[in-house]
Amino acid sequence: MSEQTKPYDKPLPTLTGLHGEFYAWCRDRELRFQRCTGCGRYRHVPRDICAHCSSMEWEWARSGGRGTVFTWTEVVRALHPAFADATPYAPVVVEMEEGVRLLSKVVDCAPEELHIGMAVEVEFQQIGDALTLPVFRRARRVQ
Amino acid sequence: MFKDKACIVGIGETPFCRKPGSGLSEMGIQLKAAVAALEDAGLKAAQIDGILPFPNVGKAEAFAASLGCENLRFAATLHVGGAAPVASLRMAAMAVSSDAADYVLVPGGWNGFSGARVRETAANDVDSIPGGAIARDFYIPFGLTAPPQWYALMARRHMHEYGTTAEQFGAVALAMRKHAQLNPAALMHGKPLTMADYLASPMIASPYRLLDCCVETDGAAAFIVTSVERARDLRQKPVYVMGAAAGQPYPADEITNRADFHRTGLTTAAPEAFRMAGVAPADADFAQIYDCFTFEVIQQLEEAGFCKRGEGGAFVENGGIELGGRLPVNTHGGLLSQAHVLGISHVVEAVRQLRGEAGARQVADAEIGVVTGWGDFGDGSIAILRR
Ligand SMILES: [Zn+2]
Repeated sequence: MSEQTKPYDKPLPTLTGLHGEFYAWCRDRELRFQRCTGCGRYRHVPRDICAHCSSMEWEWARSGGRGTVFTWTEVVRALHPAFADATPYAPVVVEMEEGVRLLSKVVDCAPEELHIGMAVEVEFQQIGDALTLPVFRRARRVQ
Repeated sequence: MFKDKACIVGIGETPFCRKPGSGLSEMGIQLKAAVAALEDAGLKAAQIDGILPFPNVGKAEAFAASLGCENLRFAATLHVGGAAPVASLRMAAMAVSSDAADYVLVPGGWNGFSGARVRETAANDVDSIPGGAIARDFYIPFGLTAPPQWYALMARRHMHEYGTTAEQFGAVALAMRKHAQLNPAALMHGKPLTMADYLASPMIASPYRLLDCCVETDGAAAFIVTSVERARDLRQKPVYVMGAAAGQPYPADEITNRADFHRTGLTTAAPEAFRMAGVAPADADFAQIYDCFTFEVIQQLEEAGFCKRGEGGAFVENGGIELGGRLPVNTHGGLLSQAHVLGISHVVEAVRQLRGEAGARQVADAEIGVVTGWGDFGDGSIAILRR
C-alpha cells in the first residue's frame, strides 16, 4: 500500500505561527530557514528574535537543501503507538550547509547504512493537502 | 551564599514496585514518603512551611492541605525534569538560609509503571516539558517521541567523537546492578547481570539497548531541609549542603542546534557548586549520578569534572564506579537497578551514606558525597554534601 492511499496516523505538527510558516514553505516544496537581517545568521527552530544580535527583523531564506548526517538513532521498539508499525526507523539530525541543524529522516537509506558525515539533500514528503514534511535522501553527487 | 548553612534532616521512601502497581494514587504514594521523611526527622507536618514538588506530579497546595501544613509560605516547582530534586535541594538551602522558610519538604514520586509512563508523557502532554511545543512540531512528526531517543542522539555523537563503546555503557549497567545486589529494597535485587546479558538485550533506540534504560517504577521518596541552627534540635545527624548549583544546556528547549553538542546543565553548574563547596571532584567519596540511561552517567561524570570530556568511558570501566573503585557511583543501584523515583532516591542514598546507614553497601568512612540531577533536554543540577 502506498503512502498516498494509506491513512496517515502519525502525530502532526501544528500549523500556526512561525512553526506553521516553516511548514507552509515545505508545502511549496521549499526548505526555508529564518535568516536574521541584522547579522545574517540562519536559525532553526523558528524564533521571534535573533539570539546573537537581538534583531527582530528576518526573512525566510531558501536553503540549498544540502547537508550531512550529524547524528541519529535507530528506533527498534516504538515508544509511541502511532509509530509501532513503522519500526525500524531512524530519526536523523541533519547539519545543513547554512549551519543550522534539523531533525528529520533519510527516506532512501536503511538505518544500518546511516553514518555520521553522510551527504544528504532535502526531499519532500506530502502528508496531505495541508502538510508536507521536509525529509532527506542520499546526495546524488559527492559535495 | 548558603555554603554550610543548610542541612538535610529527614529522608523517606516507599517500597518500590512494578506489577501490579502501588495501589495508591500518585499523590497518595508521595504523601506516604513525605510522612516517612517527617518521622525520620522528628518533625510535625505543621512545621513544614516550604514545599517544592516535582514537576507534573502534584501541587504544593495539595501537599499542604493533605499533610496539614497550615502555614505554607514558600512553594515552587522547578521545571527541569529529573534535575528538579537536586535543583530543589539547592533552592531549599537558599530558602532556609535566608529565612524564607524554616523547614522545606521536597517530595517526588509516581506510579511510573502502573500509571502514565514517562516514555509517553512528552508526546501526550505538550506542557510536560519546556521544549514541548518544539518537540510536537519538529521532533514527534518524525518519530522522535521519547527520552531514550532524545538522549540516544547525544550518545551516538559521543561514540563517534570519542570512541566510547557499548561495553563501556554496559559497565555502567553492570555497576548499578552489582550495587543493587547489596540493597534489598532494589527492584533488581537478586537479579545479577553479566556483560553477555547486557549485550544480548534487545535494541530500543540505538545505541541504547533495553538494559541501558532505567526501570519504570511505582514509588516515591522525600527529603526535608532546614537551617543548621534548627537541625541541632532534630533527631538525625544533619547532612550539610556544602555547595549546590543548577544549569541548562544552550538552547535548553531544543536539542539539535547546540554549538557545543555535549554541553549540558552540569557543564556550568558543577564548577559553580565545587567552587562554593571549596572542594574538588577528587575529594568525593561517592557520587549518586542521575542514571536515566547508561550514557548519561558517562556524560555527567565528564561534565561534572570527575574526568575530562571523552574520558568517561574509560573512567567507568574495570570497576571504576563500583564500590571499592575510584568513585563508587549509585551505591543504591540507581534508576537503572534500584528504582526510578525521579532522582529523589539519589539524595536519600547520599544522606544514608553520610549518616553511615547504608548497610552492606556503605562506603567506608564516607565524608563527602556528590548528587546530580538530569532532566528534560539536558538540564542539570548538582549538590555537594558532607556529614
Ligand atoms: Zn542577528
